[in-house]
Amino acid sequence: MTQISRDDVLHLAQLSSLQLTDDEVDNLRADIANILGYVEQLGELDTTGVEPTYQVTDLENVWRNDEVIDSGIDREQLLALAPASASNSVKVPKVL
Amino acid sequence: MVKIADYASSSAVANVRTALERAKQYEAHHALLNLTETRALERAAKVESGEITGKLAGVPFVVKDNFLAFGAPTTAASTMLENFNAPLQATAVERLEAEGAICIGKANLDAFAHGGSTENSAFGPTKNAIDDTRVAGGSSGGSAVVTALDIVPFALGTDTGGSIRQPASFNGVYGVKPTYGTVSRYGVVAMASSTDTIGCLTTTADDAALVMSIMAGKDERDMTTLPNFFTPEATVLPLRIGLVAESMNDDVDADVRAATSAYAEKLRAAGHTVEEVSMPILKYTLAMYYIIVPAEISSNLARYDGIRYGYRAEALTLAELYGKTRDEGFVTENKRRIMIGSYVLSSGFFDAYYQQAQKARTLLIAEYQKLFETYDVLLGPVTPTPAFKLGENTGDPIKMYLTDIMTVPASLAGLPALSVPAGTNEAGLPIGIQLTGWRRSDARLLALASSMEAN
Repeated sequence: MTQISRDDVLHLAQLSSLQLTDDEVDNLRADIANILGYVEQLGELDTTGVEPTYQVTDLENVWRNDEVIDSGIDREQLLALAPASASNSVKVPKVL
Repeated sequence: MVKIADYASSSAVANVRTALERAKQYEAHHALLNLTETRALERAAKVESGEITGKLAGVPFVVKDNFLAFGAPTTAASTMLENFNAPLQATAVERLEAEGAICIGKANLDAFAHGGSTENSAFGPTKNAIDDTRVAGGSSGGSAVVTALDIVPFALGTDTGGSIRQPASFNGVYGVKPTYGTVSRYGVVAMASSTDTIGCLTTTADDAALVMSIMAGKDERDMTTLPNFFTPEATVLPLRIGLVAESMNDDVDADVRAATSAYAEKLRAAGHTVEEVSMPILKYTLAMYYIIVPAEISSNLARYDGIRYGYRAEALTLAELYGKTRDEGFVTENKRRIMIGSYVLSSGFFDAYYQQAQKARTLLIAEYQKLFETYDVLLGPVTPTPAFKLGENTGDPIKMYLTDIMTVPASLAGLPALSVPAGTNEAGLPIGIQLTGWRRSDARLLALASSMEAN
């Protein structure tokens, strides 16, 4: 069974941009260890020489003309969706 | 139960009013998050005036609330999108509206479609249509319940690993998970892009064929859509059907096995050949699914960052804004899946988990391909048990995931699969059987299910 430490959970949370509460860290540690313990059975399968499958459309190289398709949505509509905006821009906290 | 044709003879406004009344009558089931009453009545008036016509003129329907659709927010049953008013509509919704169908409301789901019971909705669970102490199934639980309660004759759902088929079986309605790429995913909240499909829940197989034929087809806005192939089929020739032995073992409820065997007998009586077949790799498919799908979820849900749309937490720095927004905007199951995805994609674990799962997927597809050289259709149950009790599996993610064990294989292989009502157990709980075919055999599966309705 995979051992998952508190630090492992905090590292995964950081990779996932999740600022977890302390209770969540403990609960998720147990859940993640159990789930990884379950999926590890896949290691039993011999996949030597097998190519991975990433998509199942049986389509290849779908091309289209490099033309702008009007979405029918204007800037005001999109800005209205942002939690904060000013001067025709989306407003965010100071970065630097 | 009502079917689409029942709406043809009455006025569009009357149809919509009846649907809205029934929705309110069954409010306690919590199948709907929002009604789109104003817009629905406006469209109904346009159908009556002749401004809107089509094959579904004046027929009310419901969308799962992960379809971008006008008239109410598109929430994905999450705090993250609680107030998100979509600036566009999903291609599937646009195509139905172009034929005159009228969306009357938006159905509950597990937040971001992560779950198998609708208990992961940020706004509370949906209750089963037959027994309100039991789950609706999920993630398209609301869509199944509104169809089973005759609020509307059809509802839209999404199926990534069983999210249409499983709730359909728990509520006694038809559920269609089409061949991957049949219906455009444009305007639908993405979960796992390599298995996400759009389908419908109905009360008859013919209604499902009609709805699918309208939604299907190439869309320039989703480059994975297949060229038009979906044409409803009227006749069914004698078929060779494989009954999957691994889905009939002792882990499966005896009533579910009995209902599946009874359906096999009905198929034989109708002139089809039914033989037992074996798929040894099936026992590994849930493990494949819970590696591949979380990996894709972790990528797809990275977009919810509190910047451009959706929920934003109070924060002083950008890192804190991302972290708190995502912690407060997602439910626990979303976080589990995102973090499992981050884990299996991490350097050092990528080969052992993600790559191994994608190779195993190749082996799964090869097993299917071999069977479909001999058989036209595979038969089995949809789920190991009928609907379970509310709260029964919420404390144990693995127990909850195991309810997907018979539906994930077709998803990983991109195959069409139907959930077909096949009676009830002694307590009256519905049981569904699953018909799976090779890619693009959707119409044949529906024709087979339709031909069996009369038997």
